[in-house]
Amino acid sequence: MNSKTKLLYAILVLIALLLPFQDFIYLVFAMKVLCFALFACAFNLLLGFTGLLSFGHAAFFGTAAYITAYFCKEAGFSPELGILLGVVGSGVLGFLIGALAIRRQGIYFAMVTLALSQMVYFLAVQLPYTGGEDGIQGVPRGMLFGLIDLKDDVAMYYFVLAVFLFGFALIMRAVHSPFGQVLKAIRENEPRAISLGYDVDRFKLMSFVISATLAGLAGSMKSLVFQLATLTDVHWHMSGEVVLMTLLGGMGTILGPVVGAGIVVGLQNYLANIGSWSTIATGFIFVICVLAFRRGVVGEIVAHLKNKN
Amino acid sequence: MFELLGITPQGLVAQLLVGLINGSFYAILSLGLAIIFGLLNIINFAHGAQYTMGAFIAWIGLTQISQWLGFPELSINYWFALIVVPLVLAGFGLILERTMLRRLYHLDHLYGLLLTFGLALIIEGMFRHWYGISGESYPAPELLQGAIPLESIGIILPKYRLWVVVISLAVCFSTWYVIERTKLGAYLRAGTENPKLLQAFGINVPLMISLAYAYGVGLAGFAGVLAAPIFQVNPLMGSNLIIVVFAVVVIGGMGSIMGAILTGLALGLVEGLTKVFYPEASGVVIFVIMAIVLLIRPAGLFGREK
Repeated sequence: MNSKTKLLYAILVLIALLLPFQDFIYLVFAMKVLCFALFACAFNLLLGFTGLLSFGHAAFFGTAAYITAYFCKEAGFSPELGILLGVVGSGVLGFLIGALAIRRQGIYFAMVTLALSQMVYFLAVQLPYTGGEDGIQGVPRGMLFGLIDLKDDVAMYYFVLAVFLFGFALIMRAVHSPFGQVLKAIRENEPRAISLGYDVDRFKLMSFVISATLAGLAGSMKSLVFQLATLTDVHWHMSGEVVLMTLLGGMGTILGPVVGAGIVVGLQNYLANIGSWSTIATGFIFVICVLAFRRGVVGEIVAHLKNKN
Repeated sequence: MFELLGITPQGLVAQLLVGLINGSFYAILSLGLAIIFGLLNIINFAHGAQYTMGAFIAWIGLTQISQWLGFPELSINYWFALIVVPLVLAGFGLILERTMLRRLYHLDHLYGLLLTFGLALIIEGMFRHWYGISGESYPAPELLQGAIPLESIGIILPKYRLWVVVISLAVCFSTWYVIERTKLGAYLRAGTENPKLLQAFGINVPLMISLAYAYGVGLAGFAGVLAAPIFQVNPLMGSNLIIVVFAVVVIGGMGSIMGAILTGLALGLVEGLTKVFYPEASGVVIFVIMAIVLLIRPAGLFGREK
């Protein structure tokens, strides 16, 4: 990382820290963006850095949201414990689904993950713990470590920001580690990675589990922020949305998913009042991205800067 | 034995028929996906949305078009729709292939999936915007209303449902015949195997690819018209179905046309049986089978890894 990039990150973190001291951007909106940005970053580890397109990431996001919501509301667990359970749950689910899905490649991998996540969706509809169509509503945010009252939006915001930065740093560390280099080698040329002696399936599975776990962390945070876990969180539309955020921001870039999440969440907020237009707009952005804008926002900027040098 | 399990033979036959109908839809749709995948190397995520379009266009033709055009007498009946709607959708498919999909062939296959996913969202969103999610009913044609009683075993068979099974099987097997036993089919299979070599022999491969996509989309539209009188015509009918069809495709593998047809039918029947013996699991049984197949035979029952 060169000094300019470091400066950019420092400025971004500073802006994020100062966000509660202004009135233009609602904190709930900022928290939503951060949750989805973490979700998209986790997804990007798999798509952008390992080359695996999972079309079922909503399963992990939603499962963790349900587990956290259930234990915080019905069992009265503290938020940190609820989040921990949610994250462990999505990690275990990620291991199960990942172990099955990596047995196929490419398009089949996408279809397998989609089908298995649909199974999770059906379970969420039918199981008695999930509240069916209503979901789990009115989840208490509780006291973090028994000290900080998360009912206050500012406290909740800093907590979400801290969790996001933790997840982001973890992903950045993974990408730049030898482990991340192996993942990129698999993305570029799987047979070569095999012939170099890497146990490709093990690396893919590890990447899948990390990605699922962090997607779960995002889901748990989201269920606390909105005090709500519903079927929307496990629906395949959600899996599609996270793909779109990553694609729009720029897959395989570190900051891309964050930018993509910001744009998509902002757009949805803006279009929410006019019903189905949000779905239609999402579809159009998908088509335009794939046809004309495959590098995404951050990818284009990076390419432009490289050209100038 | 039936009494022991608390299941009547009538109930069993009824569920098997429902299973067979679902199986017919799985078969037509996975057949279309397999043909498209063979030549274009993409998974057509919009397949479900195109099936929805088929049902909606048939419904619009029957009930709406007279008002739109100002001819109160005009109404496109079921039989006419069964021929026209697939052609309309094939034309739609042709336009999509020529204007969009064509640009993606040199890229990773995943982009085709993402593009068609976007198209599916647009189509679904538009129908939802115009017609809401409540669903419209489409009456079965007069000729096929009513049921045939089979008094010897105390079962009545609705005529329309029998028709759906018969006509879908006919369409599936004639498609199989054309692909496996005729010269046109031989070109098609050669195109799947090695398009560059085939083009060197003077066959217009790009045209063949366009037509294959159009045919697959047409099949989806045909299934949509068939489904209109059975299910409610609603914007989400296709997206719920297509994910199950994806699982069917993973189970069967896309290597063989007959494989796609047989897997579709068999899984419909399995689903029907599950409804009889353990109704709670009927929604997930196909996904469970998919997981088992992935463990035992990852390439799919009829598949081969490319």
